[in-house]
Amino acid sequence: MLRLPQFGIETPSTVEDAVRLLKTPGARVVAGGTDILPNLKHLLDTPPVLVSLAAVSALREVKVEEGALVIGAAVTLTEVSEHPLVREHAPSLAEAAGLVAGPLHRNMGTLGGNVNLDVRCRYVNQTKFWRDALGGGCLKSEGNVCFVVPKGRNCVAALSADTVPVLVSLDATFDLVGGEAPRSTAAQDYYRADGIHHIVKEPEELMIAIRIPVATTPRRATYTKWSVRRSIDFPLVSAAIRFDLDEDSSHGVITAAKVVVGVLNPRPRVVGRLDDVIGKKLSDPAVARIVSEAVHKQCKPLENVPYEAPYRRSMLRVLTRRAVRGLAR
Amino acid sequence: MADRDTTGEGATPDAGGASAEDTAPRESWQIGASHRKVDAMERMRGVTRYTDDLKLPGLLHCKIKRSPHAHANIVSMDTSKAMAMEGVFAVVTGKDFPIPYGVIPWTPDENALCVEKVCHVGDGVAAVAAADEDTANAAIDLIEVEYEVLPAYYDPQDALAEDAVSINPWSRKGNNLSKDVVLEFGDPDAAIEGADLVVRGDYHFEGTTHAAIEPHCAVASVEPGSGVLTVWSATQVSHYLHRELAKVLEVPAHRIRVIQPPLGGAFGGKSEPFDLEFCVAKLSMMTGRPVKCLYTREEVFYSHRGRHPMKMSYETGFSKDGKITGVASRTFLDGGAYSSFGLVTTYYSGQLLCAPYDFPAYRFHSTRAYTNKPACGPKRGHGSVQPRFAMEIQLDKAAEQLGLDPIDLRRRNHIGSDRATINGLMVGSNGFLDCLGSVERRSGWVTRRPALGYGRGLGIAGSTYISGTNYPIYPNEMPQAAVQICLDRSGRARVFSGANDIGQGSNTMLAVITSEELGLPLEDIRVLSADSDLCPVDLGAYSSRITLMVGNACLDAAKKLRRKVCGAVAKRWEVPRKRVTLAGRRAIDIEDPERNVPLAEAFQWAEADHGLLGETGSYNTPKDRHGSYRGGTIGASPAYSFTAHLAEVDVDDETGVVSVERIWCAHDCGRALSRKIVEGQIEGSSYMGFGEAIMEEHLVDGAHSGVHAGPNLLDYRIPTSVDTPDIEAIIVEAPDAQGPYGAKEAGEGPLHSSIPAIANAIYDAVGVRLDRLPFSPPRVLAAIEERKAREASGELAPHKGNPGDEKRSA
Repeated sequence: MLRLPQFGIETPSTVEDAVRLLKTPGARVVAGGTDILPNLKHLLDTPPVLVSLAAVSALREVKVEEGALVIGAAVTLTEVSEHPLVREHAPSLAEAAGLVAGPLHRNMGTLGGNVNLDVRCRYVNQTKFWRDALGGGCLKSEGNVCFVVPKGRNCVAALSADTVPVLVSLDATFDLVGGEAPRSTAAQDYYRADGIHHIVKEPEELMIAIRIPVATTPRRATYTKWSVRRSIDFPLVSAAIRFDLDEDSSHGVITAAKVVVGVLNPRPRVVGRLDDVIGKKLSDPAVARIVSEAVHKQCKPLENVPYEAPYRRSMLRVLTRRAVRGLAR
Repeated sequence: MADRDTTGEGATPDAGGASAEDTAPRESWQIGASHRKVDAMERMRGVTRYTDDLKLPGLLHCKIKRSPHAHANIVSMDTSKAMAMEGVFAVVTGKDFPIPYGVIPWTPDENALCVEKVCHVGDGVAAVAAADEDTANAAIDLIEVEYEVLPAYYDPQDALAEDAVSINPWSRKGNNLSKDVVLEFGDPDAAIEGADLVVRGDYHFEGTTHAAIEPHCAVASVEPGSGVLTVWSATQVSHYLHRELAKVLEVPAHRIRVIQPPLGGAFGGKSEPFDLEFCVAKLSMMTGRPVKCLYTREEVFYSHRGRHPMKMSYETGFSKDGKITGVASRTFLDGGAYSSFGLVTTYYSGQLLCAPYDFPAYRFHSTRAYTNKPACGPKRGHGSVQPRFAMEIQLDKAAEQLGLDPIDLRRRNHIGSDRATINGLMVGSNGFLDCLGSVERRSGWVTRRPALGYGRGLGIAGSTYISGTNYPIYPNEMPQAAVQICLDRSGRARVFSGANDIGQGSNTMLAVITSEELGLPLEDIRVLSADSDLCPVDLGAYSSRITLMVGNACLDAAKKLRRKVCGAVAKRWEVPRKRVTLAGRRAIDIEDPERNVPLAEAFQWAEADHGLLGETGSYNTPKDRHGSYRGGTIGASPAYSFTAHLAEVDVDDETGVVSVERIWCAHDCGRALSRKIVEGQIEGSSYMGFGEAIMEEHLVDGAHSGVHAGPNLLDYRIPTSVDTPDIEAIIVEAPDAQGPYGAKEAGEGPLHSSIPAIANAIYDAVGVRLDRLPFSPPRVLAAIEERKAREASGELAPHKGNPGDEKRSA
């Protein structure tokens, strides 16, 4: 079995204590541990101390307040997928949370953990020995080359969190504390196209809540994912789709549309040029065609995860078309 | 034999042969029942102690330093910094293990650690024993190795090029040819040339690995004083490990004890010695302290010995009525860096194909090459799963071209029972037609297959496999299996067997046979297995040998004891011995069941008459059931199992995703000694074949320095429970005279035909042939798109009236 590097562990019971402990240079947060512990075993990071959120009960609440569904960062993915308030106000999030990895991971993993999941690459998420055999790692590990984009100077590891495209599609915001002042960041602005630092959160900041505005119009939204297995796997193709409608029926007229695609590079891709669907009925076959063609045109997967990029690109078209049709039923 | 022992009075303590009442049919009280495995409760409760659970006082931890290069000479190595590190007790390198070993005695071509060169990424070069794992890991990082990198080869045909650098350091010919076999029976060229139909196809079976949940682990300890070296290892061949330890360490075999603790799966991946066993043994001898090594999952992938990648070209001739006229094949095996069982694999790639269909003429030419990859070896269905994939698709192609039902075509070529194959292997019982009929009926093949629309399909395939090999790995005339059974006055039995229970249930099988013969319930029987100090030698868990061979040996010993116990009871009741039977923990008068005594009392009577109740039983294979040509003994088995698979698939023609909805697998195991275990083996084999068909692919990335494409269970995907189709396991029983109670193997045979059945079902569903594994979505989609293009150009008619994209979109 791979060994974990040595580190200290702190178990604060309040957000204030957690934030104070995170000021230790190099300190990292651990909640469910399903992402960081394998990464530590692969020696992708060697923090001196992990700050556990296990005892911070304030981060485990789900509530509706001030027109938003507020989910504590340490609510588990199982809870997110099953919680009545989430299912009522953000059904596509419940759906995506229920598709993360396998049931045991979801029992441990948290929504905050998934939102902050490190980006992944076939050349990164391997052992130190393997990376040495490859020739000494890459931009994101020990080396200074990129195996996905030869001569590339920018890490293009893949955003692999199932919930992120959904949260972006729902205009979620993330509450952060521990910086100069508490702040709230739009999910859409939270991610950057740089696999080394793919989130805007500073190391000493702690995400405490995920805030999703409660829809003011009828809405249909979904999440679609392809991976080889129906459990355990990270997504190889993923997209979140949201339509706001004038009435809650398949014949409702689309008033707003947002489509967000994951597993391309470090950043979720908000698909543009969907204006043509506005004003059309959801049941109009043109809607699925317009959306899937826009996705296909704008999204170009890279060879950063297994299975050929051209295949995954064509899957984006098929899956989004089917997902839109599914919403129109 | 004359029944001279009718009253019990004349019971002879040394009665050896079978007497009339032993062979007369009697009602079975255990054979064919469903049993809970003898170790099931410990496993389920999580209290089973595996090798890694062993903790000994003063235990040191071993880690192995591995090569980052696919092919390189070792120029120099400096271990001094590691040796000087606090907490490090000893360091070994290849120089400490100059004697090469190999599970096949003719091909000893690897050292416990590399001596002069490394042959694949992950090859071991040095090992340390330290106070804890972290220290050991830090120490191997301090070992400095200077390499001279050599050209590396990742394809067998590239490796066989004349100017290629020789990979294996012990290669006798100085090239990369590991084994070349050409065998010809009859005149296949004439048979194919004169055929009404010739089907030609190229097939590529990409390698797969075992992925047992328990990684390899070994612990060694030297007893102070006696100096006896004990090695506990997660192995499926403790005897071969014992032999190779003695050879490599130059320690007499009688000073080595090998124990196999309960295993967490093996599937062929633990069927030869590995570097860790030699390293912990040597390090323990050097330090005088116990030493443990547990592989990481990554190291399991480097130790590999999985299914060989094979590139196969097949030519098969058929008459108009669907009879095979001749078969010819050309196969390249990608062996990886070492031989492992490769000599046998090369033969098996052709020898095991000659049933269940009659080949009037046959030639195979198989060439195994060394490459710079982890060594390939035996995986469940050793050597014959790959050619079976090719052959069964050939048959499916022929059925289509001849306008025959694929099941009917297989029936027409049925080889039958009690006859020799073209290559001289003697088939005994044969339930293949029943297997075909069962899956045909249960799946509704006749009515459903024509009715299934585009995208949905049924596919059939058949296969055969051996129940052990008639000739052991190292030539000798001793029995292939032996079992010792002791009864004691408390009314229990202890069964001593060298056989390795690797989860397949061999300990339970021995308990069932002992129970059947001696009337004890399973819980009164202790099976003590795979401890070289306690148990008779057994050759191990491979080639599906244990039920037939060790079962026969156990039956031999149990029958001897039964005679003693029944005789002792008969004597006291003054009745003929055949009136006494043993069942349900009692000795019973068959004609007057009211008269019975507890077994413990019967055992006491027998012990009073005969002294300590212990008997040994042996089994040796028949030596007259093979062809008389060089290599003719390889593939010869006492009995052959038969299997038919029928798969139902749903193929998404827009994504290429294949969903296997259901698998019907009928397997002729001769006789099911324990139904649940046989059903479990059928399910497990079907599952494993399904995984290989759909997603598994053991790849080395030649474009990236020869690293493994993902040596972990996230990148090497095996199906989860939610991916697994419904599997209907159907037991077919064609009892074989060679097996105990007629039993043949069940652990490997049911894998073979699962893969081509799925391939053939995909063809039925969407009209594309997948001649390359695995049937991954991109590959399936590409084939579908190619077919659609040919349909659009008018070259092919739409398959099953495929409505086409436009229509579906509407």
